[in-house]
Amino acid sequence: MNESQRQRTATRWIATAFAVSALGAFTLAGTYVAGGQPQVEGASLAVSLAGLGTGLIVWAARLLPEQTVIGPREPLQSTAEEREEFAESFDPGEEMFGRRRFLLRMLTLAAGALGVAALFPIRSLGPSPGTKLKHTAWRKGSRVTNQSGKGVKVGDLDVGGVLTVFPEGHLDAANAQTLLIRVGDDEVKPLPGRETWSPEGYIAYSKVCTHAGCPVGLYRTDDHQLLCPCHQSTFDALDGAKPVFGPAARPLPQLPLQVDESGYLVAQDDYGEPVGPSFWNRS
Amino acid sequence: MIVKRVARFFDDRLRASRFARGVLNKVFPDHWSFMLGEIALYCFVVLVGTGVYLTFFFNASGRQVVYHGVYKPLRGQHMSAAYQSVVDISFKVRAGLVMRQIHHWAALVFIAAIIVHMCRVFFTGGFRRPREINWIVGVTLLLLAIANGFTGYSLPDDQLSGTGLRIMFSIVLSVPVLGTWAAFLLFGGDFPSEDVIGRFFAFHIMLVPGLILAVLAAHMALLWHQKHTQFPGPGRTEDNIEGSRLWPTYALRSTGLFFMVAAVLAALGGLAQINPVWLYGPFRPAAVSAGSQPDWYVGWLEGALRLMPGWELRAFGHTVPFNLFIPGVVLPGVTFGMLYAWPFLEARFTKDHAVHHLLDRPSRRPFRTAFGTGALTFYMVLFLAGGNDVLAETFSISLYAMTTVLRVAIFVLPPAVGFFTYRIAKELSRGPVKPLANPVGYHVRRDADGGYEEITPTAADLARVEGDARPAPVPADRFEGP
Repeated sequence: MNESQRQRTATRWIATAFAVSALGAFTLAGTYVAGGQPQVEGASLAVSLAGLGTGLIVWAARLLPEQTVIGPREPLQSTAEEREEFAESFDPGEEMFGRRRFLLRMLTLAAGALGVAALFPIRSLGPSPGTKLKHTAWRKGSRVTNQSGKGVKVGDLDVGGVLTVFPEGHLDAANAQTLLIRVGDDEVKPLPGRETWSPEGYIAYSKVCTHAGCPVGLYRTDDHQLLCPCHQSTFDALDGAKPVFGPAARPLPQLPLQVDESGYLVAQDDYGEPVGPSFWNRS
Repeated sequence: MIVKRVARFFDDRLRASRFARGVLNKVFPDHWSFMLGEIALYCFVVLVGTGVYLTFFFNASGRQVVYHGVYKPLRGQHMSAAYQSVVDISFKVRAGLVMRQIHHWAALVFIAAIIVHMCRVFFTGGFRRPREINWIVGVTLLLLAIANGFTGYSLPDDQLSGTGLRIMFSIVLSVPVLGTWAAFLLFGGDFPSEDVIGRFFAFHIMLVPGLILAVLAAHMALLWHQKHTQFPGPGRTEDNIEGSRLWPTYALRSTGLFFMVAAVLAALGGLAQINPVWLYGPFRPAAVSAGSQPDWYVGWLEGALRLMPGWELRAFGHTVPFNLFIPGVVLPGVTFGMLYAWPFLEARFTKDHAVHHLLDRPSRRPFRTAFGTGALTFYMVLFLAGGNDVLAETFSISLYAMTTVLRVAIFVLPPAVGFFTYRIAKELSRGPVKPLANPVGYHVRRDADGGYEEITPTAADLARVEGDARPAPVPADRFEGP
């Protein structure tokens, strides 16, 4: 093939690519008008763009002269002379300011004060943390309810069962979410001081992981382990939810339970410690 | 001709001819690896285009609504207005889903292209004097790109992104002294807060993209002023630059590349489903699904959170959760600190403060190359750890065994890979560097009588090796037509 033949072939290819591109664009517009279909839209857009791209690249490779060019690279450093000239222009001004020591100090003061004052509006971005992280909506006598707000009675959960519960009237309180499990009466081995917290085999732990705050959503009944699906912190439900694997450093706080006179599960009190991930002034 | 008249209009007022001519004659190196940064640039263009379209339909509000839209499985469910608008973009807005998916894919490829580009610059020493400034600008771009990726990922307010926000909140909370206040000010209160979507929307569509645009402009301006580096080769020196002229060759090639990048993103966005938020459901603080994975560029942080043992410091009435603070704050801080400092550390370590426009072969710099591969291995192990549950399930290994193996690997593999890289690079750099292209050798031929005949290469063959046979490059400011 001689040069002119090669150019003719290349021209045909490029023209074909542009034609395919135009077809893709028509298909895209047609699909949109016909009501839209994501796959066809994406594919026809891709064909249209790829046709344009292919045409241009073949054009550059086949029809333009392959010409390597070379250019000079000037030094990026100023010459000593240029620096001196710069200094000549700069120094007098600097001197004029530099002499006014007192005014410069006052200027720094004013600019600094304004800078500090400008930081104050940041405070509007959020409320004070106060003690919000230290308490949940659980109170003495709060009825334990499921996620649709229905109270949980002693007979509601079988041994081996698990339920996500909230204090009555606080279904949207994310940090009050609690995991209620029921184990056999003989399996309960309460920690010292928590002997009365798990009536009828019901044990309640905060569902907010003490690592990064994800819901501890998985409960393995056979070995009574609670697993956080985010980072796989694993807690032993029979041993005060002590962490046995993964990045969590603290047990899940336990909610003290009791059964009221009408057979409903209620809280004896709020959690005795902040739930969820640790923070500086936690304790 | 209209072009001429427009050009004349501007030139009459700006005296731009001289500058514009310099632009047209700018020399771009021909090596493919110089196009990696362009891929990132073109992803950004696609991101802005699709992103603007999405802002017209997205509702950045955490207000709770009940869904009555076209997607039946979600009807009657409580969700935020933000989530509802994303479901509407996906099912109700014509061309909305394909735009959303192209946008998401473009973000993933954007950050990948930045990192591959950065690896090229690192391993070839492109960051050395006088380009330390542009390295710093580039690292800042990576930081901003990740920030924009994360804030964008958080906007749909689906189950997965809400879980990501929950973890983010906890990480901010873990900072000693300031953490509690910082978290409440950033999120507008305790988690989950209704304000956070609107806030991250402002970050995602205004603040961070604006910064990216400004820093990107600085990146390009510095590149333009300092000119490209180039690989060593015959005729290439520290005082020249060889390649193709911008006009017309490189302009055409690069525009072609833009359309190809956009084509790949369009194909992905149309044919490869990404982030189907309607399957994840609206965010509920008490729900979570196993196998929750963030977007790939956050995988290393997620992995670090999973590998970290349960350490926590409790003293003097204060708590520092190392299990969050080290992987969530210290690790990214050290990572970006090292990236920013590398050009200066290396110059101090090697006592090489000279100006370099010719790039290194990675094998000629065994220590840098070994450090780089070791570091990449470190982040690769973290990335794998970010999916340890998926890996464990795929290969039917116990999750705990998997985590333990990775906890060991994070200390063993990076030094091992670094050591082997060092040895290989040393070995390679011992011999002279021979280009593999156009090899020429002395042939020995056995003739019919059993004798041997040596065929020596001709002068033309040898010249090919030396590179003399190529047409001599012409000066960039003199155009020679075909």
